[in-house]
Parts: sequence; C-alpha cells; structure tokens
Amino acid sequence: MKILVTAKRVPDPESTIKVNSSGDGIEEAGIKWVVNPFDEIAIEEALRVKEAQGDAEVVVVSIGPSEAQEQLRTGLAMGADRAILVTGENLDTSAVAKILVKIVEKESPDIVITGKQAIDDDSNEVGQMTAQLLGWPQATFISELKIADDKSSAECTREVDGGMETISVPLPALITADLRLNEPRYASLPGIMKARKKPLEQIEAASLGVDTTPKIVIKSMAPPPAREAGRIVESVDELVTALQSEAKVL
Amino acid sequence: MNLELSAEQLMLQDSAFKWASEQWGPIVEKCDEEDWMPPDLFKQAAAMGFLGVSVEERYGGSNAGLLAEGLVAEQLSRISPALTMSLIAHSNLCIGNIANNAGDELKDKYLPGLVSGQLIGALGLTEPGAGSDALYGMRTRARKDGGVYVLNGSKMFITNAPVCDLMLVYAKTDPEAGPRGISAFIVERNSPGFSVSRKIKKAGMRGSPTGEVVFEDCPVPEQNLVGQLNGGVAVVTRGLDVERLMVACMCLGAAHEALEHSIRYSLERKQFGKAIGEFQMIQAKLADMYSQLQAARALTYTVCRQAETAGRGGKGTALTRDAASAILVAAETATRITNHAVQIHGGYGYCLEYPVQRLWRDIKLMEIGAGTSEIRRMIIARELLRSGSCEG
Ligand SMILES: Cc1cc2nc3c(=O)[nH]c(=O)nc-3n(C[C@H](O)[C@H](O)[C@H](O)COP(=O)(O)OP(=O)(O)OC[C@H]3O[C@@H](n4cnc5c(N)ncnc54)[C@H](O)[C@@H]3O)c2cc1C
Repeated sequence: MKILVTAKRVPDPESTIKVNSSGDGIEEAGIKWVVNPFDEIAIEEALRVKEAQGDAEVVVVSIGPSEAQEQLRTGLAMGADRAILVTGENLDTSAVAKILVKIVEKESPDIVITGKQAIDDDSNEVGQMTAQLLGWPQATFISELKIADDKSSAECTREVDGGMETISVPLPALITADLRLNEPRYASLPGIMKARKKPLEQIEAASLGVDTTPKIVIKSMAPPPAREAGRIVESVDELVTALQSEAKVL
Repeated sequence: MNLELSAEQLMLQDSAFKWASEQWGPIVEKCDEEDWMPPDLFKQAAAMGFLGVSVEERYGGSNAGLLAEGLVAEQLSRISPALTMSLIAHSNLCIGNIANNAGDELKDKYLPGLVSGQLIGALGLTEPGAGSDALYGMRTRARKDGGVYVLNGSKMFITNAPVCDLMLVYAKTDPEAGPRGISAFIVERNSPGFSVSRKIKKAGMRGSPTGEVVFEDCPVPEQNLVGQLNGGVAVVTRGLDVERLMVACMCLGAAHEALEHSIRYSLERKQFGKAIGEFQMIQAKLADMYSQLQAARALTYTVCRQAETAGRGGKGTALTRDAASAILVAAETATRITNHAVQIHGGYGYCLEYPVQRLWRDIKLMEIGAGTSEIRRMIIARELLRSGSCEG
C-alpha cells in the first residue's frame, strides 16, 4: 500500500502576522514557518495506516518555495519514507491541484491524504479539486479512518452539523483530514537523525507540463480593525443606553 | 543572529520546544507549587530521544553531539528549568559519566535501561561538609572487603536522589591520598544500607527532587567501579566540563523565555497613558537583556562545538577554562535577565501567577550548582595564570 500526503509550508499560527508594505501579502521577514497543522494530522494518519498495515510506504509532498524542504524534513522525521518537493512561485489552489494530480499519476498511491485546509489562506480547495481532476472518490473533513481488511475501500467518519456521518469510499481515494482525526506525533531526535538519510526528490513545477497561470489575483490584504479599548460605565442604565445607542446591539 | 546551526539542529530545537510547551506547559505550576515531578517524565523524554542525545547508538542513543544535547536542554529549560535539571542530572551527569568512563560490561548492563528511561540515574559528589571543596573535603569511604566495596558516609543536595534507581557515587578508596584517592562507583538504589534520609525543600527548581543520601555499610560489587581505582578525579573533572556546558545552555533557555515575556509585557502594559515599552528605562533593560543573552549564547555554543572535538577536558586544558567561562557568563546573565524580567513585570512579576518569578527562582541555582560563580572564576584564573596567556 502506498499513501501520499501533503505538507504545505505556512507561517506558525503563533507568529504575529503583518500585512506587507505593498498591501497584497504578508510581511515574511521574521516569520517562523511550519508544516500546515492539518497536514501534520494527515501525515500522522498516514503513519498510523502504515503502522497498522506493516508494508505501506508514506510519501510526503510539498508544493511551494525551495525552503519547503524544511517542512518535508519534518514529515520525514515524523516517519514518512521519502519526500517530493515541487518548486514553483505564485501558485494558486488550482495550480497546486493540477501539480498534485501529476504527482499522483506518477506515484499511483492507494490513498492521498491532505489537510482539510491550509491555515494561511484557508481556501479549503486543493483536496476537493485534486479528487475532481483525478476522477477519484473523496472523503472530506474526516475524523476517523478505517481501511477495509481487503484494502479495497476506506470507511471515513465525518463530522457534520449535529452528528456524525460515516461513508465508505473505494480505493484509490482522496481524503482530507479534520482537527479531531488524531494528535500528530512530535519529530523525535532519532526520527530527525534518520530523516537526514531519506530521499528528497526535487521537481520544478514548470517541468510538469501544466498551466500554472494563477486564476486568482490577490488585490489587497488588510488586517482586522484594531479593537478599541473598553470603558467602565457607572450604572446598568448607562450600560443599556450605550448598548442601544453606541454599540447598537439591543 | 545566525548561529550556524544545521537543519537537523534547528528541527531538534523546534521539536524540543514544542514538546515541552505542550507536555510540560500545563503542569509546570503544579510542579512548582507542590514540588511534584510527573511520574512518566523520564520515559516520555526517552521517547523523544532526549536522554541519549550524545550517547552511542548501540546503547539506544542518537550520537548527535554535545551541542545538540545543549540545544535540547536550552529549549526544555524555557518551559521548566526544574524538570530539565532532573533530566540533565540523569542524562549528562549519570549517563554521560558512565558512557565516558565505564567498561563495556557496565555500559551494557546499565546504559540501555538509563537511556530508555526504565532506570532513573543520579550523581553523588557533594557532601554536607564538602561542596566547593568536594575533592579535598570528601568523607564518604569505600573500604574493600573481598569482592565488594563497603560504603559509609553521606551525600548532600543530590538531584533525583529521592526517585533514582542508581547513583554514580564518588568515595574515598585511599583516604591518605587526598583527591588521588577517590573512586567512582555505580550504586543501585536497592542496595542494603543505601537510604535517602530526606527530600530537601528549595526556593526554586521545585519539581526536581533533591535529596540527602546516607550510606551505612552499603556493599557495592567491585565490578561496579567506574574508571580506574583511585582515578575518580579524572571522572569528576572531565564530567564537570560538559555538565557546565549543559547548565550554561539551561541558563540561555530560561533567560530567553524571561526576555520573551518581558517584551510582550512591555508592549501590553500601560502606565501614564502609554505602553511601558515606550519608557527609555524599560527599553534600556530590554536592549541589555537581548545583547547579553546573545553574547552568552554565542560563547556557549562555541564552547559546546569545541568540546565536541576536544579530546579530554579537565585541569590544564583550554576546555576546562572555556567551559567555566561559558557557565560563568551564562548563569550570571540569566540571573540578571530574570531579575530584570521580574522588575519589568512590576507587582505582577512578583506574584506566582506570572512565570517570570519562577524562572528567576529556578535559575539562581545555576550560580551555585556545578561549581559556584566564585569557583568558576578561580578555575578560569588558575588556567590563565598557569599558561601565562589567554591564547590557545
Ligand atoms: C538544588 C541543588 C541540586 C544539586 N544537585 C547536585 C547533584 O546532583 N550532585 C552533586 O554532587 N551535587 C549537587 N549539588 C551541590 C552543588 O554542586 C553544591 O551546592 C555546590 O558545589 C556548592 O557547594 P556548597 O553548597 O557546599 O557551598 P560552599 O562550598 O559551602 O560555598 C559557600 C560559599 O563560599 C564560596 N566559596 C567556597 N570556597 C571558596 C573559595 N575557595 N574562594 C571563594 N569563595 C569560596 C562559594 O562560592 C559560596 O559562595 C546541588 C545543589 C543544589 C542546591
């Protein structure tokens, strides 16, 4: 069994994000970069499938700048067997999906697991688009995964409004991981040392023969409005008046 | 500042900090308040590979070098200097000295259990009447009796003593010979005559249990001699060089965290209508804290790298001088930085809800343990005057 997982390079959710001076992106200087937390969950799930199946291979893929090697090394340190980096600039979700399709065609995995979304642009599109382009079944936002004994299908539990939905998808299939699927392991020191020797293949996006011209152009980016300081009122009456006339919530 | 760490070292730093934040972050206050150590501390650290960072692979270690070991100590210490100290006493003081000095039989017997966290280790050098003067003042005796050495005496301030399974103990095998009559032994906790007479209450480093140990006719098999008979001084002094570097790294971590808290607080806290970070006196403190931290860090990392390639340390070597310099600077820097951090936080800083006071109480120990600041200065001066130069 072969499992392909994605690892996008995104800013650490803990870091302070500022809009850059041209107002069309974020200020990248001083930012710490990490594996997209939902992708970490995807990697963990792939490793758990591998551990349960015994003979599986886990391939971790990143599409982005060459620095995304760091995120692939993290995936390898967690336990993935090898890594593929597709380098390219200014790639929107549709371009990323088309590139991922090429990699899937090349690798022919039984399962592709992606995070349900990346925490930088929150698009929540790549998994779905990729499955569509491949003509594969998809199970999105899953919180539990069970591979059938004969490995021909996967039972996926999804959190839906007010309850759980369990669906079965024939393999190969694409799955996107939700927050409660698992708790990802840490990269241990022995894992980090082993990762050094694992193969990391680099491919240029341009060499894959897909049109990566962006369909989406970011016109501007703005921080949320600063919160104004609170104020202490003297009485309940004053509070009610302020809520009615100033905050206009009553 | 680019400290020229490798990709693996950077990843190790990240992973260690993330692990400590998530695993220790929620319990550090309890550890401090109740002087409580989580029971699975060693096994969890072992699962991350943190008990055998620089130990050979065949004993379950990663052989990743001393700087890597220091980077782990630094990151863990950002969250809890106390728990980190217990791990270091185990992995560096106990495991490190056994790995560097014991014969294959002892290493095969004890290292796998220690590195995997099945066994908890400690090191016993200090005595109630022999601290700075441990080598000359030592009273604990090991008398040969057939196939065993019989230990009598006591050890003071021993980290992990209340929870340990074994202890590397220094004792006089030739009382007439002064420091040349000291030997090192592995003593198992369940040996008859081995007892921990009390757990010591401390101002900081709470959560790292410290004990006083008594040996009363405690028999130790002669095979448990570590290194040469009467060769204990070499074990002590070489071990101390690396121990000092690990302590220096711990100081960097606590100071780093205190500075982070201080920067954030300076941006948030308002007085006289502005953030306190707008006051020049606060700014000067932050600037000094950062600069001194980075200077201490550059020195400490440099000496860690030097120690990776230096042959032996100990008296008369550049490594002994420089390890003493690194810990002297790092520890005094860390006490100053954590002290400033409390000051910047004002009344809140002095209260237990804010973590800076804990870092301040914890890290003060680092001017005392592993040789006091005074002893460190003596060592540095001794080496300078011995060689007649500051070069080399
Ligand atoms: C929490 C904790 C954990 C510890 N863990 C361990 C452990 O795991 N194993 C272990 O073996 N030990 C351990 N120690 C002991 C530690 O190493 C000693 O406390 C330290 O070496 C100082 O010895 P002392 O406390 O007896 O102080 P003293 O030696 O009595 O020193 C008192 C003061 O006199 C000064 N002084 C002494 N001699 C001189 C001199 N010649 N010139 C100038 N000034 C001098 C000192 O610098 C100090 O300021 C621990 C201590 C503590 C508090």
